[in-house]
Amino acid sequence: MKYTEEHEWLRVEDDVVVVGITAHAAEQLGDVVFVELPDEGTTVSKDDEVVVIESVKAASDILAPLDGEIVEVNSVLVDEPGKVNDDPEGEAWFFKMTVEDMSALDELMDEAAYRKFVG
Amino acid sequence: MDALKQTPLFDLHASLGAKMVPFAGYEMPVQYALGVMKEHLHTREKAGLFDVSHMGQVVLDGAPVSGIALALETLVPVDVAGLGEGRQRYALFTNDAGGIEDDLMIANRGDHLFVVVNAACKEADFARMEAALAPRGIRVRLLEDRALLALQGPAAEAALATLNPAVRDMRFMDVATVTLCGAECWVSRSGYTGEDGYEISVPEGSAVALAEALLALDAVEPIGLGARDSLRLEAGLCLYGHDIDTTTTPVAAALTWAMQKVRRAGGDRAGGFPGAGVILGELAGGVADKRVGLKPEGRAPMREGVALFETDAGGTPIGRVTSGGFGPSVGGPVAMGYVPTPLSTPGTRVYGEVRGKRLPVEVVSLPFVTQTYKR
Repeated sequence: MKYTEEHEWLRVEDDVVVVGITAHAAEQLGDVVFVELPDEGTTVSKDDEVVVIESVKAASDILAPLDGEIVEVNSVLVDEPGKVNDDPEGEAWFFKMTVEDMSALDELMDEAAYRKFVG
Repeated sequence: MDALKQTPLFDLHASLGAKMVPFAGYEMPVQYALGVMKEHLHTREKAGLFDVSHMGQVVLDGAPVSGIALALETLVPVDVAGLGEGRQRYALFTNDAGGIEDDLMIANRGDHLFVVVNAACKEADFARMEAALAPRGIRVRLLEDRALLALQGPAAEAALATLNPAVRDMRFMDVATVTLCGAECWVSRSGYTGEDGYEISVPEGSAVALAEALLALDAVEPIGLGARDSLRLEAGLCLYGHDIDTTTTPVAAALTWAMQKVRRAGGDRAGGFPGAGVILGELAGGVADKRVGLKPEGRAPMREGVALFETDAGGTPIGRVTSGGFGPSVGGPVAMGYVPTPLSTPGTRVYGEVRGKRLPVEVVSLPFVTQTYKR
């Protein structure tokens, strides 16, 4: 797993990257009540706002971690946003994307570095 | 900036794992370990205990209560003189433009009136009451030595009755002096959640013991300000500074139910409160905009500040959301806001603009949940 400073995790599965938010982020957000996902096939640039999540407290965005294309979204979350709190680093992935430059993943944090980042 | 104040329950909140936030000059619990959603649902299902000690508790005494009531009527468009002993009533402080300076509860406790005002307004409210009442020989005291707890939910009666069964005999908006955990408490059967329940003014030295005695019961969980807000929103109750403020009149705010006939045109004590000309004029002639319930048709919450439009494209905003979020008991987004009177009929569709998209919203009657007051 790789991690961003925006509290996303990235897991490489064959030639796609699966993206979700960390348990730490889910905990900070509180109960998630709304998820809006991008269309499959959307081309994204790093830091584009691709997912909107709203908790009981506030709205926040999930940014594209890298340049690439959204190839699959986890539509279950639209009907069951609470899964983000129940299993943020498993079942509640947000989208899968192809990445133009897989070597860009190497610049992201590994688990030890992320743990240090969140203190 | 002044240091944040703490309520007598501060250490208890910490021991319960509360997340504390600054609110109206106090360090207050926004949520506990359960989290906002579960706290909200627990309150509707069983009973929740809230620390609302930041609110202002004011005693008006030193003169016959009938005279105090008439004097207080110069500040509120409400029938205070007709409030019976042992009864409580919702009221509004108005200004000369007819706007609302604060909302409050007034209780007739026999030999004095007991007033509860919002935390953020309490100094201004104290000054307002002192200026109007002290020249008439009435003493105005902002109490600093009492905490205020709210116990809300269908199990509230059974829970509080374990400490004193007398509370079972109270009905909605009754007030009584009740001994709880050995302390003289001033209890009202009221609240801010839409549920049956009580608000309890307790001497500060007994507040922790009372809270712990209630929390020891299986049915009672501590509830933070986060769930307090979603509970009152579902119940259609206004939050001062958001749904009502100095620019909204009681008529625009759809709070005319709080203005009894005796203070309206033709009543025995018609007018005589700040902004009476404006407010009575609006009662007779109508008002341009009105507060309504808003039910977003989709799943996206519409929060305070969301602009409302008449159509799904073009045009200028016709109104805005003043409170909004997710309603855990409704299971979807809920909101309140102001729209032009011609669009205020339940069933009317308007549009809220969220992240650049116009999303349909239905104007609905309030509240969103059935109130379960014990009348």
